[in-house]
Amino acid sequence: MSALKIKKGSSKHSAYDLRDPNADVIESHTLAIVVDNEAGVLARVIGLFSGRGYNIESLTVAEIDHLGHRSRITVVTTGTPSVIEQIKAQLGRIVPVHEVHDLTVEGPSVERELALLKVAGEGDKRVEALRLADIFRASVMDSTLTSFVFEITGTPEKIDAFADLMRPLGLVEIARTGVAALSRGTE
Amino acid sequence: MTRQMTGAKMVVQALKDQGVDTVFGYPGGAVLPIYDEIFQQNDIRHILVRHEQGAVHAAEGYARATGKPGVVLVTSGPGATNAVTGLTDALMDSIPIVVLTGQVPTFMIGNDAFQEADTVGITRPCTKHNWLVKDTAKLSDTIHQAFHVATSGRPGPVLVDIPKDVQFASATYVTPQKANTKHYQPKVKGDREAITQLVELIEQAERPIFYTGGGVINSGPAASQLLRELVEGTGFPITSTLMGLGAYPASGKAWLGMLGMHGLYEANLAMHGCDLMINVGARFDDRITGRLQDFSPHSKKAHIDIDPSSINKVIHVDIPIVGDVAHVLEDLLNIWKARGRKTNAEGLAKWWGKIDEWRKVDCLKFTQSGNTIKPQHALARLEALTKGHDRYICTEVGQHQMWAAQYLGFEDPNRWMTSGGLGTMGYGFPASIGVQMAHPDALVINVAGEASWLMNMQEMGTAVQYRLPVKQFILNNERLGMVRQWQELLHGERYSQSWSEALPDFVKLAEAFGAKGIICKDPKDLDDAIMEMIEHDGPVIMDCLVEKHENCFPMIPSGEPHNKMLLGENASTKDAIKSGGAVLV
Ligand SMILES: Cc1ncc(C[n+]2csc(CCOP(=O)(O)OP(=O)(O)O)c2C)c(N)n1
Ligand SMILES: [Mg+2]
Repeated sequence: MSALKIKKGSSKHSAYDLRDPNADVIESHTLAIVVDNEAGVLARVIGLFSGRGYNIESLTVAEIDHLGHRSRITVVTTGTPSVIEQIKAQLGRIVPVHEVHDLTVEGPSVERELALLKVAGEGDKRVEALRLADIFRASVMDSTLTSFVFEITGTPEKIDAFADLMRPLGLVEIARTGVAALSRGTE
Repeated sequence: MTRQMTGAKMVVQALKDQGVDTVFGYPGGAVLPIYDEIFQQNDIRHILVRHEQGAVHAAEGYARATGKPGVVLVTSGPGATNAVTGLTDALMDSIPIVVLTGQVPTFMIGNDAFQEADTVGITRPCTKHNWLVKDTAKLSDTIHQAFHVATSGRPGPVLVDIPKDVQFASATYVTPQKANTKHYQPKVKGDREAITQLVELIEQAERPIFYTGGGVINSGPAASQLLRELVEGTGFPITSTLMGLGAYPASGKAWLGMLGMHGLYEANLAMHGCDLMINVGARFDDRITGRLQDFSPHSKKAHIDIDPSSINKVIHVDIPIVGDVAHVLEDLLNIWKARGRKTNAEGLAKWWGKIDEWRKVDCLKFTQSGNTIKPQHALARLEALTKGHDRYICTEVGQHQMWAAQYLGFEDPNRWMTSGGLGTMGYGFPASIGVQMAHPDALVINVAGEASWLMNMQEMGTAVQYRLPVKQFILNNERLGMVRQWQELLHGERYSQSWSEALPDFVKLAEAFGAKGIICKDPKDLDDAIMEMIEHDGPVIMDCLVEKHENCFPMIPSGEPHNKMLLGENASTKDAIKSGGAVLV
């Protein structure tokens, strides 16, 4: 009998390869998940993503209602449309999850992220960093003679763009909060 | 009226208030206060198992045979980790189980204390939900929530971890009526518009089929009743997964038998050729669908499931209906009747003609000849000799399990307990103990393979201690038969580690535990041996020596679609599984 020549992940027939990853476009969705603020709830949400092989691009979590013991988790995830549907259905199944909103499909939304960037440099580079920070409306939170810490808020894309510009100018370290998002309008 | 009591007392009070009559468990340091309370009461019966895995499977058996949640009590650390296989099994098969574990005192958690394990961490992925209770004031409320979550929506196992200091401390007891269960209320009614769409398809379909699963059983007896009414009313053929056997009676004339990898020829071909598939409480498992691209290519598909995440997970369906099976079927029947009970009689008659041709293949036929008992024959005789009894069947996992599903007929729901989703060897024996506890006067038989049975054989002690007359019907092929079959089909007949050597003398083993042992090798003695087994008033191990190299057919080789089945007897098994299917299990 012939040896099995199967490359890992290459089989079209695998029972686990439920979707052809190339058949559908990969989309990025921002999900807002309202949960009970109880021990372990974040682990349940993250465990779902790792256990079922879903992606997490960004994750933020904080309490939003102290008396009601509610927290809001904002996850940016990617996947084919059917995977995104699965993720939402699976999230909805977790007992302490109260609401799952897909901000990407539920109408327009605002997304903001905050980042702190440490940029070290002298002379022209230092001047240029400051000039660009001004253009991006980043503010200086700390300064030494040879470094700045900038604070910037905006969409993840804006922060990416700013970080890309700072890299050649001496970017040392970056801390990002991940995305916080809300739908627009009264609802 | 508020009642102050210790956490340990609360546990017992909460169980009583939840209507629990039986707890399967095993004591240890971290649950001693609870065991002390159990000692001082008579309402709840505690069954001392011999291994915590056995406790969980017994509770699963109890739950499946009664429709009530099974309850388990074990200690911290090793007690909790031993329960993990059972929890995973119950999660995969959606069985309501409440497991209570002891934990080291709250002030020692995280210190690697003696017998400490991160129980809620370890069991988070294998429970529907779990709780660590750090405050006695929350204990009774949490236990009531646990029962609510285990039994609502899609059922499943839950776990409550109770530190020892929480058991000793006192607080106010909360009754089930006052407990906080509002936040978890899964939707049970299906969307009427979708149900009406399905009725329209039912009225027109030429080649319809009901594909039913464990969800019908879990929904309760009313669901099976409504399903039967719908099947009789429409005259549509019906097949079921392993998990759903008994929802529709095997003697019913619309019954096609089980479908799937080892399902019946007519059932699988009808699934492949249908134009309307009505999935009722099944989940398009990979044992059922075979190759996804070729799964039932010409059908419209409707899917009734209480769990929204089951819908469109594997197979895209045209009509998704989220809701409880009984609720949805009731609405479906009402709408269908109100519109005049229409079906496409002409199409149906042709469809049945086709199905009858497939039935003529007689895919389960076998020939019993010579001096060795064929496992199929053993089961056919077991069926014939026990049919009229008030009978419950458990199984282990392997070939014998599939043969049991094929050759035994189930007339009612909750009479068939087998490990479907996880395929846990060692499930059947403890499950049979749980079933017998629930139904002391019934005939409870565990159809076992010798290898599976050994995995939880310590439970012989439990069966004997509580005088549970469970019948262990071991189809002994001295092989890990199912593994051997795959090696024959897939690995060039290199039978790596797939035989059972140094097997015990099962008769002496039974006797060593104080039970009865029977051995049977000759087909001539088979009926007498089975009769002796069922007539004996006490636990029996029957060692039925069967043909060692029998393969289980029909079989859809993994990676193949439904219409590429291997049939029995003369099937060519060499190289039957292509390399693409070889990665599958
Ligand atoms: C706990 C566990 N380990 C391993 C397996 C893989 N497995 C599936 S069937 C089987 C052989 C079962 O042998 P036996 O109980 O004698 O049943 P038979 O197939 O011979 O009827 C094995 C090892 C399993 N399902 N469960
Ligand atoms: Mg065997």
